[in-house]
Amino acid sequence: MHADPIGVLTGAHFIDGDHACSEGAIAAGCRFVAGYPITPSTEVVERIAERFPFVGGVFIQMEDEIASSIAIQGAVWGGKKAMTVTSGPGFSLMMEHIGLAAMTETPCVFVDVQRAGPSTGLPTMPAQGDMMQARWGSHGDYQIIAIVPNSPQECFDLTIHAFNLSERYRVPVMMMMDECVGHMIERVVIPSADKIEVHNRKVYDGPKESYRAFETGRDLVPSMVKAGDGYRIHVTGLTHDEKGYPDMSVSAQGKLVQRLMDKIRIHTDDIVMYKEEDVEGADVVVVSFGITSRTAIPAIEQAKAKGLKVGHLRLVVVWPFPEKRIRELAGKVKSIVVPELNMGQIVYEVERCAAGKCNVVSVPHAGGTVHQPKDIFAAIEKSLRGT
Amino acid sequence: MPEELYDIETTIPSNPIEEFLRMDRMPHIWCPGCGIGTTVNCFVRALQTSGLDLDKVAVVSGIGCTGRVAGYMNLDSFHTTHGRAIPFATGLKLANPELKVVVYSGDGDLTAIGGNHFIHAARRNMDLTVILINNMIYGMTGGQAAPTTPVGATASTTPHGNFEETFNLPFLAESCGAVYVARWTAHHVRHLTKSIKEALAKKGFSFVEILAPCPTLYSRRNKLGDGLDQMEFYRDNSEIKNGADTKTVTLDFQGKITVGKFVDKERPTYIEAMNQHYQKKYGERYVPSDEMRKHFHA
Repeated sequence: MHADPIGVLTGAHFIDGDHACSEGAIAAGCRFVAGYPITPSTEVVERIAERFPFVGGVFIQMEDEIASSIAIQGAVWGGKKAMTVTSGPGFSLMMEHIGLAAMTETPCVFVDVQRAGPSTGLPTMPAQGDMMQARWGSHGDYQIIAIVPNSPQECFDLTIHAFNLSERYRVPVMMMMDECVGHMIERVVIPSADKIEVHNRKVYDGPKESYRAFETGRDLVPSMVKAGDGYRIHVTGLTHDEKGYPDMSVSAQGKLVQRLMDKIRIHTDDIVMYKEEDVEGADVVVVSFGITSRTAIPAIEQAKAKGLKVGHLRLVVVWPFPEKRIRELAGKVKSIVVPELNMGQIVYEVERCAAGKCNVVSVPHAGGTVHQPKDIFAAIEKSLRGT
Repeated sequence: MPEELYDIETTIPSNPIEEFLRMDRMPHIWCPGCGIGTTVNCFVRALQTSGLDLDKVAVVSGIGCTGRVAGYMNLDSFHTTHGRAIPFATGLKLANPELKVVVYSGDGDLTAIGGNHFIHAARRNMDLTVILINNMIYGMTGGQAAPTTPVGATASTTPHGNFEETFNLPFLAESCGAVYVARWTAHHVRHLTKSIKEALAKKGFSFVEILAPCPTLYSRRNKLGDGLDQMEFYRDNSEIKNGADTKTVTLDFQGKITVGKFVDKERPTYIEAMNQHYQKKYGERYVPSDEMRKHFHA
């Protein structure tokens, strides 16, 4: 399916990542946004508030992030595509409802424009410290998808992708931006609506008597109806059976949670997304994401100029993690260098997948600014010592 | 039993409200003597005579004993997170204004953890009917003190007696902007049914507080007898004062209970205000959602 042209501002624009994210959401068909002001994400909802009256959307500024993160889920069950937008402190408040969305299989998008934490931290400055929170922040076991753009163009393209994945797998999808990418102004090209692929949730329209709201086929993703369709659905955050009714048994818990995990796991190969450069034959691979993928480039060039064989793997989808690819690479290279604007989060995943087969070096940074390329360069050199 | 009585047809074919309930989920979890079931009965009776298309009625609950109401209603029903029924319902209503969205939850859920959402939904005059069951404690978790626990009452977390001022919920709702505010007890089934029906017919934020006995965790701990004793207490101590100043309807421990319809007024709802504002400002340029357009042309 293609995008509805009413929302698509086809043409070349000079806008920041936050605004590009808003345009991506509109192009993807998002027509409900609830949010609460927080730097550095506010520009996303400001643009939505400006644009929505002219594209059939409803924006509401809620009383807090807790309310925003569940209002979107009400809207989704009312038939809309919906998103909320925030930054670290607000993202922390939204955790319970990421769990609710995972448990009730409510497709929705959470945008987190990351700033330096913990707590109020550095409100106006970048970090990538919420990467593990995105994956594990709500209690219990579940799967989500998290995407990390590194440019305003990607904020546009990948927000559409986030909605598409969310609709396809009925999971909360997170756009893990950061202050730099959010506020960076670059050229963003918005294609015509007929060039934008839009995926909508599977809808059940069969007989009412036989409808079981959480029954699935081989893809493990149930078909959806909306409130008012006459199916008299029940949706609960409690452990439930295929009908959606609470079932407090160990077997129901095992079956449901296993499926919530598996519905992403069996599709991991389709979901993972990364971009590689000069990885074949490399001795060192830099694994980076978001803004850090851009600060890594001068470091990699400097290393190459010194004759080192350095490749670059940029994670675009961070969750689910491309385990298979990192395992493969770890068997081929001498070292993997992981710069990130946190004190070492994704490096844990890399170490886990490398499983001792190569040297893994973290390049941590507490955030507030980006890495100095020289620090990444130093880590590349250091990673080869003793290998 | 005298033999002739066996000849009388005593089998009732079905409970008249069965079609409104998910009978495959019975028995429910509520204790003997609990007042919640009585209020559900009144809610159903109100729905029956409301003229509403039941396929277009959604019930949203939070967490707790009353939070289970959504799960028993044979309607589109959502059992959300603790305290967050109102913001969920807000999203649902804004997505499809054609739905009649009813929030049905408890005192702790709606006014402690969910208090912020309650006051803002009332301020916005969001188009929701909020039915709040006040049993004066947290029932499901074992009878802890709530913002509604009267001074002097004992709860599991106020073993020496409660000394915190209680919420006067009708006053709270009115001062935040609710357009319909009523309070009844589980004893007042006819008044309550009528009141819920009025609340359902009301545009904007309508609020009905219902006092209901929790014999297991409130009455027992406070030596107030069983559910029936509590109903008798409601009967003997309630005063119907329609139009009473909500400032004066505070609940004291085993004191007089002022019940009645306190507020019934008009002001633009959120959805009306939004659409009127954009229409006035932008005319034809304003593009309401298809559901919004349908709602206003209906």
